[in-house]
Amino acid sequence: MLSKRIIPCLDVRDGKTTKGIKFKGNIDIGDPVEMGRYYYEQGADEIVFYDITASSEQRPIMLDVVRRVAETIFIPFSVGGGIRTLEDMRDVLLAGAEKVSVNSAAVLNPDIIRQGAEAFGSQCVVLGMDVKKVQVSEKIPSGYEMVINGGRTYMGIDAFWWAKEAERLGAGEICLNSIDADGTQTGYELELTRLISENVRIPVIASGGAGEPRHLLDVLNQGRADAALIASMVHYGTYSIEGIKNFLSENGVKVRKTW
Amino acid sequence: MIAILDYKAGNLTSVKRALDHLGFPCRITNSHNEIRKADKVVFPGVGAAGKSMESLAELGLDRLLPELLLAGVPILGICVGLQVLFDASEENQTRCLGILPGEVRRFPEEMHSRTGELLKIPHMGWNAVSFQNDHPVFQGIPAGSEFYFVHSYYPQPADRKISAGTTDYGITFTSAVALRNLAAVQFHPEKSGKPGLRLLDNFCRWNGVL
Repeated sequence: MLSKRIIPCLDVRDGKTTKGIKFKGNIDIGDPVEMGRYYYEQGADEIVFYDITASSEQRPIMLDVVRRVAETIFIPFSVGGGIRTLEDMRDVLLAGAEKVSVNSAAVLNPDIIRQGAEAFGSQCVVLGMDVKKVQVSEKIPSGYEMVINGGRTYMGIDAFWWAKEAERLGAGEICLNSIDADGTQTGYELELTRLISENVRIPVIASGGAGEPRHLLDVLNQGRADAALIASMVHYGTYSIEGIKNFLSENGVKVRKTW
Repeated sequence: MIAILDYKAGNLTSVKRALDHLGFPCRITNSHNEIRKADKVVFPGVGAAGKSMESLAELGLDRLLPELLLAGVPILGICVGLQVLFDASEENQTRCLGILPGEVRRFPEEMHSRTGELLKIPHMGWNAVSFQNDHPVFQGIPAGSEFYFVHSYYPQPADRKISAGTTDYGITFTSAVALRNLAAVQFHPEKSGKPGLRLLDNFCRWNGVL
């Protein structure tokens, strides 16, 4: 059977990794290439690099990071942050990433998903979704709204609708981030994760809120997620990937145990 | 020198990087001359069967591959590079190379896990492969090792003898095949950590003889 994936997420700013609490007050915690290599050796199933500065001047730094990562790790990794055009996608994939994640740009221009899937294949195109819980309304029937710009701009788009639409357009996977849970370390947004995961046929990676192994167990079981993104809980050495996997395995979740 | 066939099939550089890392000289190429001179050939692939077959035909590689196979050159097919070796694929109703007997089918829409969850398509992520024999390319890989898969179609060989490994995902399907100097896998060894690198290393050291 397919294993559930455990995916460390590295936020990269100016070529260094950081971890923000609710996207504010970032602190530097290391070299992304070294951290990528470290997690690869520790049994990560995949790695996500997120370029949180992502202005055009930052792009060459990030591409250099991607190239150096690709030379040292032999598991899939994806890159997101500031991907706006087909050219951006191509640059990242040619630099050695398996997958490229589009987020804000896809909300503003959904056709980028279709173009990316057509040019590089659906398996390369990850839809990153930043979602906030809101009042149920006619416009937002699921009570979950799409937000962009790191959670600052509400888009008036229902997250449930958007996930289905992105799948239709050719997204190969969804990385579902709850802005409410992000950085809190109090657990994933289970209800949101289950809602999306049960209603699309493509894999869903749960993101935001992981603080202890029990949270992963909950989101993989109750939340029906196919994979779980983790950050702070491993970046600061509180938990190891192996320890998390052992816990999940003891609790009946199929994970990759040899690497 | 190992030739990595270039037929515009997605991420060829990841195969090259893995071989570079292992220290085997290799080159991404579609020059018949260069390919004929190569000691071994890797036939990678990401994308759709239809488009792949079109590109192969345009480059004349559809004729070169059977020739290399007959000449005894060790060949490793990866993902779509495995699928198009068969007679046909349900993906875009494509007539394929016909080097291996059998067809490539789409996973059934309604597959469930043991806990009752509807299984997703594509089959994406890490899954175990049970290798059935002691083939030089698959030797020394610890039992239960998992490999990275991304695909919605799976091979169904007409001849069971060519199946070299199987994987469970709703159904049990053939995830590795072997015939004489040809070995092919549905997963991506270049993205499967240590067991994947071991498989590539095995292939790069193999002379094509069983």
